[in-house]
Amino acid sequence: MGKLLAVTIIIIAIASAVPFVLHTWEPPADISTHGGLIDEQMSDTMIEAGVSFLAAQILLGIFIWQFSKKPSDTGKVKTFPGGAKGLVIAAIVLVGVEVLALGAFGSKAWAAVYFTPPAPDAMPVQVQAGQFAFYFRYPGPDGKFGPIHPEMINEGNQNLFGLDPANDVESRDDIVTAEMAIPVNKEVHLLMHAKDVSHSFYVPALRIQQDFVPGLDLSVHFTATKVGQYEIVCTQLCGLGHYNMRAYLKVLSQQDFDDWLKKQQAAQ
Amino acid sequence: MPDASAAPAVVHGPPTTFLSKHVFSLDHKVIGLQYYTLALFAVVIGMVLSWLMRIHLGWTNAAIPGLQALSPNGAPGGVMTPEYYLQLMTMHATIMVFFVLTTAPFAAFGNYFLPIQVGAEDMPFPHFNMMSFWTTFTAFLILVTAFFVPDGPPLAGWTSYAPLSAIGKDAGPGQGTGQVIWAAALGVFCIGQLLGSLNFISTVLDMRTKGMTLSRLPVTCWAWFITSCMGLTAFAVLMPATILLILDHVAGTSFFVPSGLVLNDQLVPHSGGSTLLWQHLFWFFGHPEVYIAIVPGMGIVTHVLTTNMRRPMLSMKAILYSMWALAFLSYMVYGHHMFVSGMNPFSSLVFSFPTLMITIPSTVVVLIWIGSLYGSKLRINTASLFALGFISMFVSGGVSGFFLAQPSIDIMLHATYFVVGHFHMVMGVAAMFGIFSGTYFWFPKMTGHMMNETIGKIHFWLTFIGTYCIFMPFHYLGWAGNVRRYAAFTDDFLKPLIPVHQFITIAALFTGAVQLLFLYNLIYSRFRGPAAPANPWEGTSLEWIMPSPPPWNNFGGKDPVVYHDADQYGVKTASGADYIMQNSPEQALATSEGD
Amino acid sequence: MATTVPPPKIEILPAPDRPGNGHVGGGQNLIPDGANLRVAQQYSPPASSSAIWVGIAAICMSFAAFTSALIVRQGASNDWRHITLPSVLFLSTLLLLASSVTLEVARRRVASYMLGTDSHIASPRLWLSLTLGLGLLFVAGQYMAWLQLRSQGLYLATNPNSSFFYVFTAVHALHVLGGLAGLLRAIRKLGNATLRRSTLDATAIYWHFMGVLWIYLFLLLWLKI
Repeated sequence: MGKLLAVTIIIIAIASAVPFVLHTWEPPADISTHGGLIDEQMSDTMIEAGVSFLAAQILLGIFIWQFSKKPSDTGKVKTFPGGAKGLVIAAIVLVGVEVLALGAFGSKAWAAVYFTPPAPDAMPVQVQAGQFAFYFRYPGPDGKFGPIHPEMINEGNQNLFGLDPANDVESRDDIVTAEMAIPVNKEVHLLMHAKDVSHSFYVPALRIQQDFVPGLDLSVHFTATKVGQYEIVCTQLCGLGHYNMRAYLKVLSQQDFDDWLKKQQAAQ
Repeated sequence: MPDASAAPAVVHGPPTTFLSKHVFSLDHKVIGLQYYTLALFAVVIGMVLSWLMRIHLGWTNAAIPGLQALSPNGAPGGVMTPEYYLQLMTMHATIMVFFVLTTAPFAAFGNYFLPIQVGAEDMPFPHFNMMSFWTTFTAFLILVTAFFVPDGPPLAGWTSYAPLSAIGKDAGPGQGTGQVIWAAALGVFCIGQLLGSLNFISTVLDMRTKGMTLSRLPVTCWAWFITSCMGLTAFAVLMPATILLILDHVAGTSFFVPSGLVLNDQLVPHSGGSTLLWQHLFWFFGHPEVYIAIVPGMGIVTHVLTTNMRRPMLSMKAILYSMWALAFLSYMVYGHHMFVSGMNPFSSLVFSFPTLMITIPSTVVVLIWIGSLYGSKLRINTASLFALGFISMFVSGGVSGFFLAQPSIDIMLHATYFVVGHFHMVMGVAAMFGIFSGTYFWFPKMTGHMMNETIGKIHFWLTFIGTYCIFMPFHYLGWAGNVRRYAAFTDDFLKPLIPVHQFITIAALFTGAVQLLFLYNLIYSRFRGPAAPANPWEGTSLEWIMPSPPPWNNFGGKDPVVYHDADQYGVKTASGADYIMQNSPEQALATSEGD
Repeated sequence: MATTVPPPKIEILPAPDRPGNGHVGGGQNLIPDGANLRVAQQYSPPASSSAIWVGIAAICMSFAAFTSALIVRQGASNDWRHITLPSVLFLSTLLLLASSVTLEVARRRVASYMLGTDSHIASPRLWLSLTLGLGLLFVAGQYMAWLQLRSQGLYLATNPNSSFFYVFTAVHALHVLGGLAGLLRAIRKLGNATLRRSTLDATAIYWHFMGVLWIYLFLLLWLKI
C-alpha cells in the first residue's frame, strides 16, 4: 500500500500542477502600466513554488515507495546521507535565499503601486463605496471636489455624496455617476471614501485591489492602457449584497471620454 | 527492574458517583474525551454547514430540502438567501476554527496524553481543568443559540471586521443579537483556553516524573507545551477585543466605529473609533491561532511516524527548534492578513519579511520528516497513512503561502479563493489529518479496543483523494480572480467558473459522506472492536506502559521512573526487541551499524 | 545511530520532608546540591508556583491589548476630552498598597506559626482578614470613583477616554475580586489547618500583582485619560 500511496501522491502533485502550467485559469490580461512587475512576480513565484511543490511531493512519494516496510525486509536501515545537518542547511540557505529574493524583487512591484506619488496632472476621481454599490464623482471644470456632508446623504433623492451645492461652491459642478469612465493612457488618481462599512475596490485587469477604510481617506493611482469595459467588484465582506456589489469601469479614448463626461454633466 | 518510588501524594481521589466519573470529572483522561466528543459534534455541524454552502454556490437557486424548516427567513421555499449564506459561512468557520481545530488536537489529545507522557498522575489543577472543559462547552452552547435568535447568526465572517460587526442590526441580518452572542461565545471560549493552557504549562514544568528531564520529553509534549504558550498569549488578546466589540454594540461606545458613517440614510451614532484597530487586535490573536491549530498535529505526526518507522527522526532538535521558531515568528507576521487593508504600505513590507522567513522552519520540519523516511522501514497502517498524508497536505498548503506572503502578489490574490484554498489545505485538511492520525494511533489506548484497519484505510484513501479534489481547484479559482465570501457568482468574469464550483461541491459532498465510515468505525470499535493490548504499536513513550484503557490514576499510584528519551527505536536489545521503553533501565547493545 | 544517554553517575539525596510541598505525582527534577554537581537533590517545585506566573503573563497580555487599543483610539480621532481622575482613587491606591503590606505580614506570621516559633493561629488569620478587608475597601473605592464620574456626567459612552477609564478599572476590579476569592479560600484553609505554603504564596503573588497592575493602570489613566 505504500507504493500505491507513493504513486497517488506523485500523480496528484503532477495533476495539480498541470492547470497552472497550461494556464487554464488565468487572471485577465493586464491593462495597467504597473502590472507588468506584478505579473512577473507572480510567474517567478509560480516557478519557484511549483518546483518546490513538485520536488517535495515527488521526493516524498519516492521515499514512501522505497522505504515502506515490505514483508521481505531484513534488518539494516540506512540514514539519509549527510543526516539532518545537510537538510537543515539546505532549508535555511536555499529556502532562505529564495524567499529573500522574492521579497526583495516583490518590493519593487509594491513600490510601483504605493511608494510613487500620483503625477501632478493625474485626473482625480472619487469613488464612494456603500452597501451595496459604488458611486463616482468627478470634480467638474473647477477641478475641486465639494465637501461631503454625511448627514445630508439621501439615496431617496439621489444625493449620494451628501453634497450641498447651495452653500458649497465647489459642489456645484461636481458630476456624480454610477459607472466609472476614464481616458486611456491617462493617469487616474482615485480617492476612496467609505460610506458605511469596509469595502474594497478590485479590478483584476488593472492589477489594483485596495480596501476602503471608514474614517480614513485613502487613494490609489493607476493608468489604464487598453480601451474596454471592466468590472469593479467589492472584495471586503460588507453585508448581504456583497456578492452583487459591482460597477463598470469604462476605459475610453480621450474623445469618447470627453463626450461621456459631457453627457453625465448634462444629466446631473 | 523499573524502580517504583514510594506512593506519592494523590492529586485527587478516585471518582465514585456517576457524575464525578463521567460528567464533572477531575480526571484529565475523561476531560480529554469530553473535549474530543465536543469536537466531534462540532465538526459534524461545521461539515453540514459547508455542504449547505457548497450546494448553494454550485446551484444558487436550488431549493434545499429541509432548509426552510431550519430557517424560514433564511431559506424561503428552501432557497438560501444571500444573507443566510453568509450567516452559515460565519458559523461554519467559527465552529471549525475554535471548536474543532483548537479543541481536538490540543485540548482533547493534550489533556488525555500530556500528563501520561510526562509520567504524572494528573494535571496539577484538576478543578481548573474540569472548568476549562465546561467553559468551552458553555461557549459552544452560547454560539449555537445564535442560530435560533430571530435574526439569526452574524454574517460578518469569523473575522468579524468592524464597522460591519460593530454598528448593530442595521448593517445586516444577524448583526444585532447574533453578533453579540458570537462575541460573547468567543470571550467565554478564551477563558476556557486560558485555564487549559495554565494546566498544560504547569504539567510540563512541574509534574514530570523521576528521570523525565526536559530533553527526554516526547515530541508531542513539546508540541502541546509550545501550543499552550501561544494559546495563553493569543487568547489573552482576543478576549479584550471581544469585550470592546460587545461594548460598541450594547453600550454605545465607539472603539471601532469612526464618525460620519451613514446607513439607510441615517448617520450612525458612533464616532471617532478606529476600524483598523479591530483588525490589528484580531489578527494578533488570529495568526498564532492557526499555528495553535497545526503545531499539535506536527507533534502527532512526528510521534506516529517515529513509532512506525522504528527509528528516530534525523534530528529531533531540528524539529523542536523549528516548532519554537514557528511559535515565535507567528506573532510577527499577523499583518500579512492586512496588506491591502489601508494600513501603512511600508508596514506591509515589514510584515512580509517574517512571513517569508516562516517558510524556513516549516521547510526544516518537512525535510526532516522526509529525510527520516530514507532507509527506514515504515509500517503502513491507518495512523501512518494519515501522517504521510499530513506531510503532503502541509506541503501543498504551505507552498501557496509563498504567494500570499508577498504584498505585491496579494494585490491580486487577497480575498480570493486562493486564500481560501491555502488555509483549508493547512487547517481544514492537514490539521484534520493530524487529528485522524492521532485518533487511529491512540484509540486502542483510550478505549481498550482496536479500530478496524480496513475501514480505516478506505477512510484514508477516499478522504485523501477527496480533499485534494475539493481544495486544489480553489487555487485555480483564486488565480483567476474568484472573489471569496460571495453568496453567488453574478459577475461576468465569475460566471464561467461556476462549473468548477459544481465539481468542488460534488467532491465535497462525496468526501463528507466518506466521513460516515470514520464515525461508524469509531462507534463500532468502541464497543465491539477487538481487545487492544497495552502496546499495540510497540511504542516507547509512557502511555504504552499502562493497560488499555488506563486506570483512573494512570500509573496505579506508583511513579514510573524514566531512563531514556522516547526515541529508542531501531536498537539492539538483549531481549531481541527493536525498541526500549522510556521506563526500562535496559541499555541498548552496541551495534556495528555505521550511521 | 540510536544511543542511550546513561543515567548520570550522581548521588541522589533522599527527598527531604517538605511540609506543604504541594501535590505532585513524583515530579522529581534533579538540582545540584550546593556547589557539588555530582550530588543532587530531588526537588519538585509546587505546581502553583509556576502556574501563578503563567496566569500573570496572560493577564499582562490582556492589559497590553487594552493599552494598545487606548493608544490607537486616542490617535484615531480628535474627540479625546481629558478628565480629572476622581480624587478617591488616590485613597483607594493607598488602601491596595497597604493590603499588600498586611499580606506580607500575614505570610511571615504563617511561616513562624508553621515552624512552631509562634503558637497563635489568630495572628496570621487577623492579618489575612485585614488584607481582605482592605481589598474590599479598594473595590468600594473604585465604585465610588465611578459614582464621582457619573456625577460629572461622564458615563461609559460619553467620550472615548471615559470609556477606557471604566473598562480598565472594571476589568482590574474583576480580577481583584478573583484575588479576594483566593484570599477567602486561604483564610478558610488556615482555619482548618489545610493551608499549604505554596497556596498562600501563590495567592500572595497574585495579590501583589494586582497592586503592581493597579499602579501601572493608575499612571496610565493619569497620563492619558
